[in-house]
Amino acid sequence: MAEGAAASRGGLGKALPLLAPAYLWLTVAIFLPLSAMVFFSFMTDLPLTGKPWAFTLGNYAAFFSQSLYLTLLLASLRLGLEVTLWCVVIGYPAAYVLAKVLKGRSREAIFLLVILPFWSNGLVRIFSWAMVLREGGILDAALNAVLPFKINIDLMYSYPAVIIGLVHSYVPYMVLTCYLTLQAIDDSLIEAGRSLGASRLQVLKRVIIPLSMPGLVAGAALIFVPVVGSFMEPRILGGRTGTFYGTVIEDQFVAVFNWPLGAALSFILLAVVLVILAVASPVLRRAA
Amino acid sequence: MMTTRILEWLGRIYVWLLLAFLYLPIIIMALMSFNASPFYQLPFEWTTDWYASLWQNDQLISATWNSLKIAVITTIICVVLGTTASLALFRYEFRGKKLLQALLFPPIAIPWLITGTAMLIFFFGVGIGRGLFAILLGHVALALPYVIVVVSARLQTFAPELEEAARSLGANQWQVTNRVTLPWIMPGVIAGGLFAFAVSFDQFVVSYFLSTPGQTTLPVEIYAAIRKGFTPEINAVSTIIIVVSMALMLLTARFFKFGGEK
Repeated sequence: MAEGAAASRGGLGKALPLLAPAYLWLTVAIFLPLSAMVFFSFMTDLPLTGKPWAFTLGNYAAFFSQSLYLTLLLASLRLGLEVTLWCVVIGYPAAYVLAKVLKGRSREAIFLLVILPFWSNGLVRIFSWAMVLREGGILDAALNAVLPFKINIDLMYSYPAVIIGLVHSYVPYMVLTCYLTLQAIDDSLIEAGRSLGASRLQVLKRVIIPLSMPGLVAGAALIFVPVVGSFMEPRILGGRTGTFYGTVIEDQFVAVFNWPLGAALSFILLAVVLVILAVASPVLRRAA
Repeated sequence: MMTTRILEWLGRIYVWLLLAFLYLPIIIMALMSFNASPFYQLPFEWTTDWYASLWQNDQLISATWNSLKIAVITTIICVVLGTTASLALFRYEFRGKKLLQALLFPPIAIPWLITGTAMLIFFFGVGIGRGLFAILLGHVALALPYVIVVVSARLQTFAPELEEAARSLGANQWQVTNRVTLPWIMPGVIAGGLFAFAVSFDQFVVSYFLSTPGQTTLPVEIYAAIRKGFTPEINAVSTIIIVVSMALMLLTARFFKFGGEK
């Protein structure tokens, strides 16, 4: 924004009454809870249950001493990486076609169709994959109807099922962010490259991909972070193979009731996420 | 130029394939909610029994009401608080403004699993506990940053000179806001409100950690049902949800251009 070009300079005194309600709400429901989580993660037990409690580093020690948690965190990071890569591979070409091939009303309509599912209920969309992937499900039936030989497709409760469900959930993000940067690229740059004798591949490598990098990074951050913290998708589509870092945190709060350990695990995840966002932020800021 | 045209057609086909990938599972789920077999067996036999039996399912109906009530209240609170905050951020210059704007991003960027469990711990600690009120507190906090971002984006297109002009013609602050600024940013406010409704109505993770057996929302109820086993009844209610939320977003798109300028 133009630094307050004509915005009245009343300062904080006038702004505060208008800002206070919104930011008080965010403080009570977001910032204080996050601080409380850090605080509780250093306790042996919740002080509310009446049981004695003390400060401890035990919850963090548990993370570093039992290889299970680290293994699961790495598994979740790998899941996030794989899903992000698939989203790039699937989403980027679609974003390119939307930005550079389609024109006018059809571009507008298809763009809306691509991002529409993103704003519908994620849980329900994951559930819809369960319909498709289970044995005797639609994929199984359709493939057996087409193929001359009998095959059994039972992807349900497997790692690929989790990947498919998550990619389906998050690929519209990648299309959206890449489309925004791709459509900002001037067509004449591409034509100039071509008329100077560069092949299509060279133009892609030297002009289009570098210029759309902010969109790629923004999309990757927006996908990677929530996927690392996912628990509902692996639970529904992964079954017993779907144990990840997120599902272990969920267990601490709804099954095992070891809240301090859950808080410590959540905080470690938050730290990892913040580091990743910090690394991505210079590129993100250029994209904004 | 032949290759260019072939490539363009391949591109178009590719986009349609992506659309198929995005929509097929949803369509199949919707179709199965009209299939008579409770085990999703083919051949397809048309029925609306599953929708009829939804009306007998008191648990689902009360969860649906809770979801709707919370979404409506969330929308109202977010629109009021979000619009006033956006106006303040737009009109006034003061130290710490950049920080306040930056503070809007943690609620959006931090995974809901972390926010949800943190809320559970804190609300439990200060005696708010779990239940519908806690869910409402959480939903407003999650949706508010979106509303502020959307309304602020609309305010960027507003010429502050218009406010100056109205003021110099003798309008007081309230009249300026009401007659000049608000009508201009109304599309942004409506889009922000629809966003808030969608964020709340579709919210699962935070509601999940803050709900209790009696006080729960529709997505939480569906998750519990899925983990017990699939039934066409879940398909029916899922189909209704997906139709409602997609219709909402189509409506939002009328007020807010996602794709930037054309």
